[in-house]
Amino acid sequence: MLSAHLPALIIVIPLMAAPLCILLRGKDQAFGVALLATWASFACACFITVRVLAEGTISYEMGGWAPPFGIELRIDALSAYILLIVSGIGSVVAPYSRSSLLLEYVEERSYMFYSAFLLCLCGLMGVVVTGDAFNLFVFLEISSLSSYVLIALGFDRRALTASYQYLIMGTIGATFIVISIGLLYQATGTLNMADIAKRLPAHGYDRTVIAAFGFLVVGAGLKIALFPLHQWLPNAYTFAPSTVTAFLAATATKVSVYILLRFMFTVFGVEFSFGTLPTAVPLMVLAVLAMFIPSIVACFQTNVKRILAYSSVAQIGYMILGVSFVSVTGLTAGILHLFNHALMKGGLFLVLGAIIYRIGSCHIDKMAGLAKRMPWTMAAFVGGGLSLIGIPLTAGFVSKWYLILAALEKGWWYVAILIVASSLIAVIYVWRVVESAYFRELPEEFADVAEAPLSLLVPAWVLVAANFYFGVDTSLSVGMAELAAKALMGAG
Amino acid sequence: MDTQVYIALSMILPLVGTIMIWMSGPRPNQREVVTIIIALLTFLCVLQILPEVLAGQEPELVVAELLPGLPLAFKIEPLGMMFGLIASFLWIITSFYAIGYMRGHHEPNQTRFYMCFAIAISSALAIAFSGNMFTLFIAYEVLTLSTYPLVTHGQTEEAKRAGRVYLGILMSTSIGLLLVGVLWTWSAAGTLDFTKGGILRGNIDDGLVIVLLFLYIYGIGKAALMPIHRWLPAAMVAPTPVSALLHAVAVVKAGVFTVLKVIIYIFGADYLRETGASVWLMYVAGGTVLLASLVALTKDNLKARLAYSTISQLAYVVLAGALATSHSLVGGAMHIAMHAFGKITLFFCAGAIMVASHKTEISQMRGLGWRMPFTFTAFLIGSLSVIGLPPMGGSWSKWYIALGAADADQIIFIAVLMISSLLNVAYLIPVFARGFFGPKSEEDAQMSDHHGDQESHGAGGTRSGRIAEAPLFCVVPLWVTAIGCLALFVYADRLYAMLAPIVK
Repeated sequence: MLSAHLPALIIVIPLMAAPLCILLRGKDQAFGVALLATWASFACACFITVRVLAEGTISYEMGGWAPPFGIELRIDALSAYILLIVSGIGSVVAPYSRSSLLLEYVEERSYMFYSAFLLCLCGLMGVVVTGDAFNLFVFLEISSLSSYVLIALGFDRRALTASYQYLIMGTIGATFIVISIGLLYQATGTLNMADIAKRLPAHGYDRTVIAAFGFLVVGAGLKIALFPLHQWLPNAYTFAPSTVTAFLAATATKVSVYILLRFMFTVFGVEFSFGTLPTAVPLMVLAVLAMFIPSIVACFQTNVKRILAYSSVAQIGYMILGVSFVSVTGLTAGILHLFNHALMKGGLFLVLGAIIYRIGSCHIDKMAGLAKRMPWTMAAFVGGGLSLIGIPLTAGFVSKWYLILAALEKGWWYVAILIVASSLIAVIYVWRVVESAYFRELPEEFADVAEAPLSLLVPAWVLVAANFYFGVDTSLSVGMAELAAKALMGAG
Repeated sequence: MDTQVYIALSMILPLVGTIMIWMSGPRPNQREVVTIIIALLTFLCVLQILPEVLAGQEPELVVAELLPGLPLAFKIEPLGMMFGLIASFLWIITSFYAIGYMRGHHEPNQTRFYMCFAIAISSALAIAFSGNMFTLFIAYEVLTLSTYPLVTHGQTEEAKRAGRVYLGILMSTSIGLLLVGVLWTWSAAGTLDFTKGGILRGNIDDGLVIVLLFLYIYGIGKAALMPIHRWLPAAMVAPTPVSALLHAVAVVKAGVFTVLKVIIYIFGADYLRETGASVWLMYVAGGTVLLASLVALTKDNLKARLAYSTISQLAYVVLAGALATSHSLVGGAMHIAMHAFGKITLFFCAGAIMVASHKTEISQMRGLGWRMPFTFTAFLIGSLSVIGLPPMGGSWSKWYIALGAADADQIIFIAVLMISSLLNVAYLIPVFARGFFGPKSEEDAQMSDHHGDQESHGAGGTRSGRIAEAPLFCVVPLWVTAIGCLALFVYADRLYAMLAPIVK
């Protein structure tokens, strides 16, 4: 009985838990509520995934009103996959947040953090489960607004400007998306995404629809931080508290990619998005530029958080590149990389949080010789870094394998070469950190730094270990990505 | 069934050993006993597989399917059997040697050293036993990463630089070229299984074979073909046991082993000969043979000279692969074994000299032979084998490679082999000669002083010509491998018989 309402529960639980945190106020109570709520949503996501795999797409009518008039929650393989990522990362980050909170902001207000965190989680998952275009916008705004708050919680005052910058850019992006939705509504008279898709061909692809498409792609591009619309990302990731960075890096951009995929493939349809309009080539060019320019910038950064932030922009390039192939293998690669990148970046940012917790900085020079004092933390960094580079037996390798395979399938060997070339740049920026931590002398001031506490190490290692697990057992990650890709391609 | 267990054990045991070594880290004696026991057990496991391979079977073990259609699979054919035997046998010897060397040299972080060593051996065995190119690629990368901490063991500025070159070249070639080659093969042929006669015929445009071969050959950076050989001399900053096992046996041999494996089981020797795609490779390999030998002549540092000698000897195997005739392929495979024993002896000697007298430059070794006669005699044996003179094993492999060159009507490469042998004489024999033809007593003491006090403390009061060998843990292993060189000459027919099926 309960299982029928899972799609609704997964949003309702965090939504209800968020105000509860504020009401309870107490640090431990708020933490307990947040932890329970995220774990409960993760459990929901797991059950939903099992159901989707067994029965196919789930459609849930909110309040019993049938679509297209009522609001529909609609979960297919792609949605279930993203739900797993978002709630999974959330439930690793939630226990971590307790200790890393201590140093980074005022303890008495930690309940605010937890309620913003839960709202953000709720928004991100809402975007994914809803079948209604306007709902999608509302949930996107819930997640965005709460993420502005989360970023602003950073210890460094510059977090405020970073958050403001993101607010401006994010709002423009969201506005573009809502304009697009408005235009679609004008053209088709419905807001249910499946319904729009059904009515669009009859309406014809006139200028209104083309404009809607344009607004959507640019708006989503801003939220994704697709090069060159990524300017907000490095600052936001650098100055936000580590917990927040880990959470947002692993989930927020992924959900934005989901929006792009959902609209391009399901709503507008492959035929229109890539057949009628020449979308594939510009996307590919931007993706390739994203793979190179931010990677090269990352090589010259000194703040490790910033290195990883730029690397994130580059990794988004891989995902979009996969999409731009417009083939099942390409989409599989792109969607798979959503999953794998969440694991590696989530893990790496959690590691950095542990380092900041101990030495108060993650400047590359401050990390000199740190491997002597924090061997487990640095080992986790190396593990995540290897996955980022794409060494065999790590998750990163699997993504790269499919991406190159997709390029070769199309006969675009030069794209394949570009992919390997850009992944070699990752070796440089990862290894700079490794060399600093392993080969340089430990400065006096950190001579008696202790290993990070277990409450930080364990979550970080869970994600790093997941990188290795999903590098070996790919049946879940690749299997679902392939299923989602086939559904998306078939939808057109 | 039983064989499968042994296959799995031979790769898992070293990994179990890694954990046990880690746990016994604070107790050096226990740690080293563990290392040796694990090494012995691993060798025994590998040995258990041998009878089946000799009987003409190819035992298989499929572990799991990593990606759809791409399992982690192992299949043992004669070539891999031979490589596995060499690597696991020499691990035992090196473990003994490492105890003597690491303690004699007071190296720090010995636990990490033994741990990485065990992982490296495990991945070398995985390379040897791999049943498809995908498995081999994975093991290849693990080997690169697990040896990185060994190369940079000293954690000095120099080690860091060497590590950069090492990782930089091996990573960029393997990801940048080899991975693309493997993926290309996969998307063209739909399989990556090592199959007799190759998997490419009919699946790829004949004209593109040359491009694919290029991707493979230069993707396998461990084969150290010029101009991507720089990592090998750079890696000599590592402690000598590392140089010995990894850079005379596991790492570089994994490279040329992969080259042979790719040529025989991916391209197919016949297909390669018919398309003529490997002619350029013969010239590059021949050029590397000669150039590396010439560079070796100019090196005064003993380990650096040996490193360049290794590059030259590796190119023999690549040349054998490029000739792709049945004689040359067997010869190339035999050369992996012959050179492994010869070169590891030489490296052991270099390390023993370093431990006993703290001398690294050849010019400092005048008269040292009188004080370290056992070491220098073993050095002569190793040298003769590397040069390829009877009664050492190295003579057979060169013989077959030359025979292969004649089969392929590439007479010029017989000349290359002969000139190279002469060059080998020129850079190896003087080391031995200097050891014995120098002054014996007082002058030697002066020489030592002359070369700087800072390095002669280790020799202490033993300058006057009395015998001052390295610890027994160093000397015995190097004699074992030296005797191995002799044994390989006598029993070469058995090796040949074992390897013959790879070209049938």
